[in-house]
Amino acid sequence: MSSTESIVVRGVSKRFTMRYHRTLKQMTVALVKGQDLSDTFLALDDVSFTVEQGESIGLMGLNGSGKSTLLKLINGVMRPDEGEVLTRGRIAGLIATGAGFHPQLTGRENIYLNAAILGMSEAETNRKFDDIIEFADIGKFLDTPVGAYSSGMFSRLGFAVAVHTDSDIFLVDEVLAVGDKPFKRKCLARMEEIRKDGRTLFYVSHAAGSVKRMCDRVLVLENGRLGFDGPVKEGIRYLKYDDDGDDVSSENEQDDDENDSELGAEI
Amino acid sequence: MIRVPVPHTVDPATVPDAPLAPPGANGGLLDVFRRRYLLRLLVRKEIQGRYSGSFLGLFWSYVQPAVRFAMYFFVIGGILGLHDEVEVFGVHMFAGIVFVHFFTESFNAGTRSIIKNKALVRKMAMPREMFPVASMLVSAFHVVPGLVILTVACVAVGWTPDLVGVMAGLLGFVICAVLGTALALLFSAANVFFRDFGNVVNTLTIFVTFSVPMIYPYSMVEQRFRDFADYYLLNPLAEVVLLVQRCFWVGTTDDPTETIEHHIPDHLFLIGFGHLAAALVVLVVAQLVFTRLENKFAERL
Ligand SMILES: Nc1ncnc2c1ncn2[C@@H]1O[C@H](COP(=O)(O)OP(=O)(O)O)[C@@H](O)[C@H]1O
Ligand SMILES: [Mg+2]
Repeated sequence: MSSTESIVVRGVSKRFTMRYHRTLKQMTVALVKGQDLSDTFLALDDVSFTVEQGESIGLMGLNGSGKSTLLKLINGVMRPDEGEVLTRGRIAGLIATGAGFHPQLTGRENIYLNAAILGMSEAETNRKFDDIIEFADIGKFLDTPVGAYSSGMFSRLGFAVAVHTDSDIFLVDEVLAVGDKPFKRKCLARMEEIRKDGRTLFYVSHAAGSVKRMCDRVLVLENGRLGFDGPVKEGIRYLKYDDDGDDVSSENEQDDDENDSELGAEI
Repeated sequence: MIRVPVPHTVDPATVPDAPLAPPGANGGLLDVFRRRYLLRLLVRKEIQGRYSGSFLGLFWSYVQPAVRFAMYFFVIGGILGLHDEVEVFGVHMFAGIVFVHFFTESFNAGTRSIIKNKALVRKMAMPREMFPVASMLVSAFHVVPGLVILTVACVAVGWTPDLVGVMAGLLGFVICAVLGTALALLFSAANVFFRDFGNVVNTLTIFVTFSVPMIYPYSMVEQRFRDFADYYLLNPLAEVVLLVQRCFWVGTTDDPTETIEHHIPDHLFLIGFGHLAAALVVLVVAQLVFTRLENKFAERL
């Protein structure tokens, strides 16, 4: 059984430049003043792991640890500077709490555009259109430009399109943090279906409860390095030991979670 | 680092029938033409966007070339007295304007296209060549009103179209489209890294109007520059303008044979195919550069 991998990440590093000079003038000024033209740092540092088809992975880590960057490499928006990322099949999902929507286009137009980018045909989109708007539940805003949407509506619509594409890999990046409770419940239910269908799920969350419910394996990123790769319970314990003194933030994280009471008992 | 294996059994039925491959689009321009539905959506979006919220809508795309025509016709033709020097000066000039405008629009809008669509580029994996190509197609769409006005004008002054002329016109159009796409590809990528390129392109396109034989006849260039006239034709846009004049203008003059003799350079088609070949080379180079720069689009936008 060698050809069942869904995602292979091998020795991947991603280097970012922190300060960009956007015009030639700024460049020249910086050169004349003898400043560095750029500061770079490693957002991902030699990360390796393999995901089999149908595995459900929780990706955890503090803000800025490189989770969204890793997701962008997996979905192909970014390319690694070193190492390689390989995937099998169609990829859908939401990255960095929002879909790629065009602010001037209406919700309706964006649904078609987004679906087309994800590889859906016109007929396929027509067929699923009613389900999508029912799921997104944005009501009369369907024909207003999405630039005017609240962040919750924005990610609801994005999530709705993404879950209706026939993908083999589904990526979810902290979308649930901006939704309200009923919507969160709906999303989690959908993700559970995706998991049951044997599609690969890659789920970024700070909420230990939903990771526990949704995932069978946890990856923890620490400053761009993979710190932990293993079973969910150990992973969550690993995380909590690490930021022991940081009670405030862990409370906030639990706010995102609908199972927070259960979680409280757990830890 | 801690690594604890988690057992997992894969249901073979769920494994997609596809190879493990780098994610995202890797086929460049080929992918663009493979995904025509998406391309169509982007083109439609931009055409609607340009006239959204405007009362007269698409009517504007007739007004603009008509005004441009009137301005050049009366100001340049009238004041500089070119009407006497060049037969049917209006058609001579407007044929050039329509195609030069197509090129500069492809180049300008194409250069800005990646930045304009950064909301998509940052989040979605797709062939980014889509955006400059869509800009070129939108500009091509806007050639239609100009062509309609041009054809009406030609017919009004008495036009005998000929097959060679039509071939010349098509060749001119194709050179414009290929070169416009190539430069849009190149500069849209460069514009992500330095926003100066948008302005550079804007400035460049101003020169185009004066570097092509539309507000003055090619025969004038030949007279004044003599041997250097050959270098003048190294400018692809000058060649394009002559090709479309061969298509539209020549047939409206009293004695087309005489006009060709006098105002159209020898080896018009040879030079034209040379430019087309060069434009295709530029397109290949542009694709190679784009592919390299594209790796950093998402993080730079
Ligand atoms: N386009 C970018 N340019 C420069 N730095 C970036 C860029 N995107 C992310 N970063 C930096 O990379 C690090 C990891 O970011 P990210 O992957 O978004 O973290 P997370 O999703 O875990 O919060 C952060 O320090 C962030 O500031
Ligand atoms: Mg993030």
